[in-house]
Parts: sequence; structure tokens; C-alpha cells
Amino acid sequence: MLQAAKLECRRGDRLLFSGLDLQIDAGTLLHVRGRNGSGKTTLLRTLCGLFTQDAGEVRWKGESIRTLAEDYRSDLLYLGHLNGIKGDLTGVENLRLAATLDGDRIGVDAVWSALGRIGLTGFEDLPTRMLSQGQKKRVALARLILSRAPLWILDEPFTALDVAAVDLLQGLIADHVAAGGLAVLTTHQEVPLTSGQARHLDLGA
Amino acid sequence: MTLPWSRFAAPATFYPLAGRLIPIFWVLAAALILTAFYWGFFETPDQLGGSNAQKGYYRIIFIHVGSAWMSMWLYGMLVLWAAVGLVFKTRLSFMMANAIAPTGAIFTFLALWTGAIWGRPSWGTYWDWDPRLTSELILFFLYVGYIALHSAIDDSRRADRAASLLAIVGLVMVPVIFWSINCPDPNQCAALHQRSGLGKVDGNILFAMLTMTLGFWMYSFATTLMRLRGIILTREAETSWVQDLIRSEGRPA
Amino acid sequence: MFKVFWSVLHRDLLLAMRRRTDVLTTLFFFVIVVSLFPLGVGTEHAVLRVLGPGVVWVAALLASMLALERLFAADYEDGTLEQLLLTGQPLVLLTLAKVTAHWLLTGLPLVLIAPLVGMQYHLSDSAVAVMMVSLFLGTPVLSLIGAIGAALTLGLRGGGILLALLILPLYIPVLVYGAGAVEVGAVAFGEARPYLTLLAAFLVAALALAPFASSAALRISIE
Repeated sequence: MLQAAKLECRRGDRLLFSGLDLQIDAGTLLHVRGRNGSGKTTLLRTLCGLFTQDAGEVRWKGESIRTLAEDYRSDLLYLGHLNGIKGDLTGVENLRLAATLDGDRIGVDAVWSALGRIGLTGFEDLPTRMLSQGQKKRVALARLILSRAPLWILDEPFTALDVAAVDLLQGLIADHVAAGGLAVLTTHQEVPLTSGQARHLDLGA
Repeated sequence: MTLPWSRFAAPATFYPLAGRLIPIFWVLAAALILTAFYWGFFETPDQLGGSNAQKGYYRIIFIHVGSAWMSMWLYGMLVLWAAVGLVFKTRLSFMMANAIAPTGAIFTFLALWTGAIWGRPSWGTYWDWDPRLTSELILFFLYVGYIALHSAIDDSRRADRAASLLAIVGLVMVPVIFWSINCPDPNQCAALHQRSGLGKVDGNILFAMLTMTLGFWMYSFATTLMRLRGIILTREAETSWVQDLIRSEGRPA
Repeated sequence: MFKVFWSVLHRDLLLAMRRRTDVLTTLFFFVIVVSLFPLGVGTEHAVLRVLGPGVVWVAALLASMLALERLFAADYEDGTLEQLLLTGQPLVLLTLAKVTAHWLLTGLPLVLIAPLVGMQYHLSDSAVAVMMVSLFLGTPVLSLIGAIGAALTLGLRGGGILLALLILPLYIPVLVYGAGAVEVGAVAFGEARPYLTLLAAFLVAALALAPFASSAALRISIE
């Protein structure tokens, strides 16, 4: 499904990686590893199409993501280092807006229950700037519950989370992969899968 | 005949080629500019005839017109390379655009400067809000904007692409800006500069003017290539061919 | 399609309403700049009438530009901008929605306060009317062109001052015809018609082209 061929990326004038090939099929988790500065984030952003590679191509279902453009992006859910939520909006407002932009029609009830499931009961209606770091991260992660995107690209999703939230997130990713979804993530945390397969990619080795 | 473009588009092959070309351009520039000076001072009439007789000081035209032309052409070249870089993603094109900018800015400044000196005796003022003068000033701002944006961005890739986009937006806006300055009243247009046509110019003056401009072209090639070599070295500093080069020239890396 | 445009527009307006001071700052900046000029050049009615159109337009340019710095910056800092770039929606549409919100919050208030400024400068009624129409047509052009600069200077040190350097030269046509319109409009509204037509043409051209340039600039800057 998701394919990268002969990918080459530079940051400024520094070469991060070149000739990188990868292939991820439905029901697969790709675990990207590497020391700091080895280009993990850049690889993930390249797979999203946020970063333009210097050579090579990223393909989704056999077609270049440049040609697919919006069609690819609506199949994709990316969570980066920044939470991507507005501090002045409440959790509910943030999630509903994200859903609208993803083209999903999601009722208020679904949003409330998602926030409840992620452990934010009682905080749904507060501006997110009043929440703690971990709680803000949870608001962002609640999108995983609501989204129907088959491809998840998650950059360090486990940082700032407590033990309970880590368990929950591991469960969400495992369910997604078991349901035939794809997930690419960078993390130092192992994700125990119930079904599907896990693969590893080591950068800068 | 097909030229090996892609080979010369690689900084590693272009660097030595540029090195060989630079002295040639310098010699040509010096020869042409000196000829133009000689011709301009000794082979041209002392007075400009016609309805507005100008004394010997009109000779500043040889620098003024040439640099004004260069300032516009170089902006065109800059945008051309910027566009090539954005379309074909060739890093050398961006470097080329980047190398052209300071030379272009210098010529723009020179045109403004000589224009002011010429304006004093002929119009009685150093500066007037004449459309062409103002347009040249705006062009100078565009150059400065390009250079400022490029140097404000640390990441060279983003700097290249952002500044290129700005240059293209600038080029799209230039006709509108120039036109709005020329015709502040949409019903009529007026200008201090006389309408000029090359055909009406005395042959000797034209010769000196064109020779000077050609000399300026050569000068632009020389300085641009020199700057380009500098840019290539800085930006490719980590590659093996630059390391080899430094070693072979016996300088510590 | 319209739903997406509306939801981004609604989001930005909602955010602005939760931080009202940002909107008022721009408006008061405009009022202060315009009010300072008579203190500098003297309060003679004839002088003010001559200077008025130019001063109002330069102040509008500066006010719109100052506000532009925040157009994408807040979204860039909290990561919502990269999420916008990753939605399955055309980025041009989202950019246009953001610029529209920006204009409603910073451009439209200037149009509405114009009569007050007209009073300060003793402008004739027809000049004030022309000023309102010209600002109404011209300030969206400023927002549209300015958005390109705002996208290019995203997240840079000293971005605000750099933005001014890049964008102000591009504002010249709007300034020339905007101020020109008010000047000739002092006699009769009809005199200003060619100027206003030109401004309208600029608006159409800017609407058609600028969002594409801003989107491209955003993609470059977000890397």
C-alpha cells in the first residue's frame, strides 16, 4: 500500500539518507528507529508529503502521492511533535473541527465519548490551554479514535503520556493494525500487536 | 546535438568549468569597458543636439543607461534561474539565482546614483519622482527583499525556494507596479524622461553605450561566477569532491 | 467545499473573538497613526485635505501589514497549520478562508472607521464615500498579497520587519490608486470611477492568483 522508492532527503545541505526503499502493506506496523538527528522525523514528514524529498518517490496504492495530493491526504492521519490543537478552543471544538476538515461528519456525542475514552471526562469543555501537557496530547490522540484514515503516521506518540495512557494508545494502535490499518511510528516504546505484523527500520545505522 | 546538461548541472563539474571561464570574462569586461570609456570621451560630440542641448555631462549616459538595462535584465535572469530551480529542483539553479542578486542590486544602485548626478544639472534636482527613477528604486527594493529573505532563513533549501517564489511574485507584480507609477491617473500618463528610441541616437554614442553594456554583461558573468563558486564551496563543504579539492590545494580543512 | 471554507473561517473568527484585543490593536494602531499626522504637519484645514488621502492609505497599509504577521504564525506554532496542510481539502481554499477571516477582522474595521478619519481631515462627503469604497476594494488586496509574504517569513527571527521589506513595495499599486481615488473624489464621486474600477480589477486578479502563491509559500515554509 505505502511504498517508498530510492528516497533521498537532505536537511539544509546535509544528507540524511539516500536510496531508501520501503514497502508497507495493510495490517502492518512500521517502527522507525535511529539516534537523534538520523532523520526519523524527516522521513515521516516525507511520507506525509510535508517534506519534499530530493530524489525518489513515495507511492500510495501504487500512485505517487504528489499526483494523488488531496486523495492521499484524506487517507492519512499524522500526529507530529506539535499537538495541532488550538489552545483557545475546547477539546470538543478542536476535534469537531479536525473531523470536518478530514471530511467526516461526526456528531457531538461521538466526540464526547472519544474524549471520555481517552480519559478526559470532565475536561471536554475547557479551553485546551488550561490542560496539562499530557492532557493536551490526549486531545490530539483522541483523533485516532474518531478518524477513519487507514494510514497513521505518528511521530513520538508516547511522549508526555502516563502509564495508563501509554497502555490505551498501544491498544489503539494494535486495534488499528488488526483491523487492516497501516501505522508508521517513531518511538522507544514497543507496541505489542494482537495480530498483523510489526517491522523495523533502522536509520543512520 | 545534445549537450550533456545534466553533467554541467552538477556543482562538482560546474565548479572547475566556472574557474576556467572567470579570467576570460574579466579580460573581456576590462577590454570592453575601457574601449567604451575611450570612445565615450573622445569620439563622441561634446554637445547633444536637438531641442534640448546638453553639455558634456551627458556622457554619464554611458554608465547610467547600461547599468539601468543590466539591473532589469539581471532581475529577469534571477527569476529565470529561480523558476528553473523550482520546476526542475536543480540546486545549482538556485545557487545561480542567489549569485546574480548582489550584482543586480549593485547595478540598480549604480543606475540610481548616476541618475541623481545627471539629474542635478539637467533637471535641477538630484531626485524627482519621475516614473523611471521611482521604478528603478522599486526594483532596488525587490533585490533587497530577495537578498534579505534568503539570508534570513537558515535552512538553505527553504531559503532557496522561498526567495525564488518571492522573486517570481515580484516579477508578476513588476508590470503593475511600474504601470501604476507611470500612470497615477488612469486617464493619462506622463513622464519626465523623454521618449527614447535607439534609432535617433548618434552612431558614436550608441557604439560607446552598447560596448559599455556588453562590458557590463561580461563583468556580471565574472562576478556571478565568482560568487557562485563561493556558494558552491560553502554549500557542498561536506561532499567528498570539495574535501579532495581542499586537500589538493594544500589548505587545512 | 463551502462547508470547509466556512469551518476554517468560523474557526478563525471564533479564535479572534476569544482574544478580542488583537483585533482592537490593529484598529487603534490605524487611528493613532492617522491622528499623529496633523500633530506633525500642522492642523491647517487646507494642508490636511491634501494630505488626508495619502495618510489614510499609508496607515491602512501599515495596519494591515502589522496584523499579517500573526496570520499564519499562531497556527504554525501550535501545529494546526501542518494539520491544515494534511487535510484532504485543497490548500488554496483553506488559505483563502484564512485570508478572508483576516480581512474581516482587520480590513473591514478600517472601512467602517473611515468616516471618523474623514472628519479629522475635513474631507468632503464625496471624498469620504470614495474612501470607504476604495478601502473596501483595496484592503482585501492588501490581505491577499500580504498573505504571500506572511507565509514566506513564517517562523523567522525578525519576521515582522522582513515582512514589511518584502511586501510594502508590492502594495504600491493599491496605494497609488487608492489614494488617487480619494483625491479626485473630493470633487465628485463620479470622478473616482476609473480608479475604483482599477482597484476592483486588482481585487479580482489578486483573488485569482494570490491564494495559489500563498499556498505554495506555506508548503515551502512548513518543511
